[in-house]
Amino acid sequence: MKNLQLSRRTLLGATAGASALALASCGTSGPGGSGGGGGNAATYWDLSGEPGEGITQGAVDAFNELDQGTVDLTFFQNDAYKQKIRTAIGAGEAPTIIYGWGGGGLRTYAAAEQVEDLTSFFEENSEVKDRFVEAVWGAATVDDKIYAIPNESTQPIILFHNKTVLGDIGAEAPTTWGDLMSIVEKANSAGVAPISLAGQSRWTSMMWLEYLLDRIGGAEVFERIAAGEPDAWLDDAVVEMGKKVEELIDAKAFVDGFQSMAADSNSDQALLWTDQAAMMLQGGWTYGSMKTSGDGFVQDGRLGYDPFPTIEGGKGDLANLVGNPAGYLSISADASDAEKEVARAYFTDGVMTDAVAESIIETGGVPVVTGQDEAMAASEDSDYLEWIYSAIQEAPDFTQSWDQALQPTVAEELLVNTEQLFLGSITPEQFAENMNAASAS
Amino acid sequence: MTTTAPSPLPSAAQDGAASTSGRRARDRPQLSHVLFALPALVMFGVFALLPLIGVIALSFTTWNGIGPIEFTGLTSWKEVLTRSSTWNGLVLVLLMVVATWLTQTPLSILLGAFLAGPQRYRNLLAVLYFLPLLLSSAAIAITYKSLLDPNFGLASGLNLDVFALNWLGDTTLVWYVVLFVIAWQFIPFHTLIYQGAVRQIPQSMYEAAQIDGAGRVRQFLSITLPQLKYTMITSSTLMVVGALTYFDLIFVLTQGGPGVATRILPLDMYLTGFRGNEMGVASGLAVLLVVIGLGLALGVQRLGGKDANASQMEGA
Repeated sequence: MKNLQLSRRTLLGATAGASALALASCGTSGPGGSGGGGGNAATYWDLSGEPGEGITQGAVDAFNELDQGTVDLTFFQNDAYKQKIRTAIGAGEAPTIIYGWGGGGLRTYAAAEQVEDLTSFFEENSEVKDRFVEAVWGAATVDDKIYAIPNESTQPIILFHNKTVLGDIGAEAPTTWGDLMSIVEKANSAGVAPISLAGQSRWTSMMWLEYLLDRIGGAEVFERIAAGEPDAWLDDAVVEMGKKVEELIDAKAFVDGFQSMAADSNSDQALLWTDQAAMMLQGGWTYGSMKTSGDGFVQDGRLGYDPFPTIEGGKGDLANLVGNPAGYLSISADASDAEKEVARAYFTDGVMTDAVAESIIETGGVPVVTGQDEAMAASEDSDYLEWIYSAIQEAPDFTQSWDQALQPTVAEELLVNTEQLFLGSITPEQFAENMNAASAS
Repeated sequence: MTTTAPSPLPSAAQDGAASTSGRRARDRPQLSHVLFALPALVMFGVFALLPLIGVIALSFTTWNGIGPIEFTGLTSWKEVLTRSSTWNGLVLVLLMVVATWLTQTPLSILLGAFLAGPQRYRNLLAVLYFLPLLLSSAAIAITYKSLLDPNFGLASGLNLDVFALNWLGDTTLVWYVVLFVIAWQFIPFHTLIYQGAVRQIPQSMYEAAQIDGAGRVRQFLSITLPQLKYTMITSSTLMVVGALTYFDLIFVLTQGGPGVATRILPLDMYLTGFRGNEMGVASGLAVLLVVIGLGLALGVQRLGGKDANASQMEGA
């Protein structure tokens, strides 16, 4: 192991030497150098973008005043961070506290022994563990060991609809697949787009697959896939899922030109709140941005939300959810003992305190801790928050977003194949076979 | 893409005039020569050669970016050569090289020759034409992405429904969109090169042609174009190598999609390495790109022929 480590460093030195030199000459210090003078400081990388950025900053500021050490916080833009953190970990330059999404990514870190096993920490501090909603621990656990602490808010994927549009075309929120297809037909003949979808972003289309597969085959099908069981992708339910996508495409269910739309400009949300589309399947986080930019769409009660419809003959429970259970924080195995000490203190006294939970609720998010009913009832978004909060606690299964749950190599393959399935350039059978081959290698 | 090769013209004139004794002195390496070359050699070694050696070494390993690096011989190379994504990317990037050259070269020469004229209004136009040069690729890509949005882009802003096409979502159309945006970004650069070169052509040639009764078109075809030969080689080298390593704009604009319609080889390399975390395979793709790029660049230089270093100015 030691030799391998050495050769890895040497190689990295050769390939990354250029960039290190460039960095040095620019006068910026790497993450390793930002620890400060004292030994009792931990570095922490998190994602930029409101409202999360302000909430995290507030949590860290409050912790730094407790005199248990200093947490040094740096923010990065979401997509850039995903690649940056992996490179940093591989180069032995990881921050003490690593933000992540749990699931497959966490599994590779754990397998490479790059993150601390926190199982005994949570056994000793069971009061910390007990504060969290049960459903969020799955994605933090690898082979029965816990490697991360949940953080922030729960973001299930929700079928949103525009009540004005549905009223105009004489339809109601769908509860079955048949309802959904009849809305598609009515919306098309009324000249509005049935479903808004930012297909260029790919993970948006993948959300459809996640719910379709759950409703057709139940949560077990993806559980087998995520566990890496051989030929799990060849399940009949996967092909059936692809056929439902074909059905949607044939019925022109998605807005014209959906393959050109990207989620990062929020144009899919805009279609919904400008009454140009009837429905949209998106993450719960879009509630906040539709409220901010939707011109009264949310405040006037025109936004509707419901569970994803059931499919006739399918095994999935209407209460099953898919989405992102939480954000996750891990401790780098490369950090010094003093740094790890500060990080653990932050996990105990800084992460998801009552004040943090309160500020999450204020921004329309559902914190991942228990006992928030009163605070939510008092919020101006109480209807929505309580609906999600109870949905999470009652859900028999909460499947993690596929691109987070799978190994990164398979996840990239999944996104490419999903896009091709939605373009109609591969058949459902080919989709299943491609994914099966990608998982096997 | 940002480096400019020096124009061969000034040094070419000196070469032609060099005497035999001077040439013999030049063959013997002197200490001063070595010292003068040292800074460039060190930079080249640290920033180009060392990383290249690292990448070649990595291409014989299997590595997910964070775990241990395992030397697995030709496993990664086998993967590189058998995955369909490699060949798709290779065909696309070669098509890109050809299409880029065919669209940008004629336009750049015409614009460059036009802007080389002495009139005042041409200077004003030149400033406008060169504006895209000031923008970064990422900014250009984000701007075009917004403009081309079928629901909230330029088409709906101007109420022109004919332009509300599925620009980035149609597997054929997206190709032309990418070509157009790249041309929009880089034609100004090549125009600048050609403008400088056209201005270097001695006025006496045109005067002589006028006396012989040659019209504008004839002057362009018989004087301007032949005189631009070496500039064309420089510009073409930059264009070919540039198109071969094209990445940032496409990455932001389409992410290689829809499907794999614009997943050219350099983009495939990046996505394989940093999204798929297969560093060994990605390194193999990188080596493949270096070899192809080197081959094409040498090929373009060869087009200049054996007299590539001789003067074109004799008799002027």
